[in-house]
Amino acid sequence: MQSVRTNRHISKILIYVLLILGVVIWMIPFITSIMTSFRSNDEIMTYGFLSLPKTLKFDSFVAAWQRGNLKQYLPNSFIITVPSLVLTLFLSTLSAFALAKYKFKGRNVILGIFVGGMMLPFQILLLPVFRLTEAFGIYDSYWALIGIHTAFQLGFCTFVLRNYMVTIPDSVSEAARIDGCNDFTIYSKIIMPLVIPAMAAVATLEFTWIFNDYIWALILLRSEKLMPVTAGLAKLQGQYVMDWTVITAGALLAAIPTIIIFVALQRYFIQGLTMGSNK
Amino acid sequence: MGKTKKAKLYNPWAPWLFLAVPLLIYLVWVIGPMLYTFFLSLTKWDGLSAPSFIGIKNYRKLFDDPVFFISLKNNFVWIAFFITIPVILGLALAMALNRDIRGSKIFKALFYSPMVLSLVVCGLIWSWLYNPTQGLFNAVLEAVGLEHMAQGWLSDPTYALGSVITVAIWRQVGYVMILYLAGLQSVDPFLVEASLIDGANKWQSFVHVILPQLRPMTVVVVVISIIDSLRAFDLVSVMTRGGPYNRTSVLANFMYIESFNNYKMGYGAAISVILFMISLIFIIFYLRVVMQEEN
Repeated sequence: MQSVRTNRHISKILIYVLLILGVVIWMIPFITSIMTSFRSNDEIMTYGFLSLPKTLKFDSFVAAWQRGNLKQYLPNSFIITVPSLVLTLFLSTLSAFALAKYKFKGRNVILGIFVGGMMLPFQILLLPVFRLTEAFGIYDSYWALIGIHTAFQLGFCTFVLRNYMVTIPDSVSEAARIDGCNDFTIYSKIIMPLVIPAMAAVATLEFTWIFNDYIWALILLRSEKLMPVTAGLAKLQGQYVMDWTVITAGALLAAIPTIIIFVALQRYFIQGLTMGSNK
Repeated sequence: MGKTKKAKLYNPWAPWLFLAVPLLIYLVWVIGPMLYTFFLSLTKWDGLSAPSFIGIKNYRKLFDDPVFFISLKNNFVWIAFFITIPVILGLALAMALNRDIRGSKIFKALFYSPMVLSLVVCGLIWSWLYNPTQGLFNAVLEAVGLEHMAQGWLSDPTYALGSVITVAIWRQVGYVMILYLAGLQSVDPFLVEASLIDGANKWQSFVHVILPQLRPMTVVVVVISIIDSLRAFDLVSVMTRGGPYNRTSVLANFMYIESFNNYKMGYGAAISVILFMISLIFIIFYLRVVMQEEN
């Protein structure tokens, strides 16, 4: 009995040690880039990566923000992300409601279209959507990105919200119907309030996805002044080839919004991830 | 369920009214373009003048293009790494953290924190670690006297692809962990306990009791990992642009370069059709799993 207990104790300690070791390894890229961005390039060149910082400098952050133009790119990311998020969430509640609360011919086909579309390698959309935005006259504008993000994310949002709405008992909406509510009232007054927790989860996840997009910005924008921070950072990389302190400082600044969302809304973020996979 | 009763209760057009706008947008921006790519892949198009039909010429050319095969191979290498290392590590972490150990919340948060970073940010901070003259890896190797192992991690043809995939794995492990932690919620603790009482050791009970119950989640994890591998673009674009000598080229980057740098858009469309066809196998598989649960 004694040995079983000590064995268990040892294995527990062993797991703990491994976990701590793992976390330390996992955090290295964060820690080292934070350390790098507070130093000057000359200092690293002279004393090497592993030397201890001699001074604490904000110059790299200032350079990334001002000359690297993050002061323009970061707001652009919000201008693109927020409307896309609001639109795709609103529209997907409509389609999710239809697919969850009605039985009609073709329902499974439409559900399949949304679910299948969400898994597409979006490379297959690049060229036609590039052409489409030209035809709509919105190429190289925020609207091009808002359009594709809203549309492409409809697949995932519809899928997840529909799965959530299915779990709301039909008796709820049927009772409302007998009380004389019409379809739209059932959607807006009965179902929507119940879906808010799921929407919070989806919104958190979608925010980071849209905010972190790179390829669509690359394809649908030409003007530098419209670029979101991902594309802007890639530009910065070309601009400051030799000065890594500015690049890591810029990368950290660019990561702040999603890190804040993650820290503040962690619970929703995880819910969103698992909701998308549970069914 | 009162199916017939329900049918009478509402206007048969109601679901279509709700669907109209989102479905229209989806068809115009996603499904339509997808189909249009098939047409584009049969054309010669420089992005400026109108596409002109040339039949299957692009595909013929594709099968003579060594870069296509390198990219295809790299995508499969990516898949092979992605459905093994992050899945094993993520599952191990989920098993370790699926109990009341002190600080498990912090461990979880730290392990999946890379997930919230954009791939561009990940690519940039790792490029710095890989930097041949001043980066962390070579500095550490030199500090411990292994300078002969110091590499140009992203410029050496042997190590470049692995170095890029490492970053993707670093970001993916936490995601898999979260999915398995969710999956573990549905594992019946009584079955696990019963197997232990029956004399199974921890490992046996993991293999024979827990793993089979995690199977649906494993299917999801593997399919997601494959789809993500086929979508891979950002890291390669930021870290290597496909080089050195196309050693890190994947289909998505190959397609981007041909279409938007070389203006061979019909050719690019053909590449993306191939990419789509490979994905389709897994999408259909996934749809069947999802839809089976539906009915």
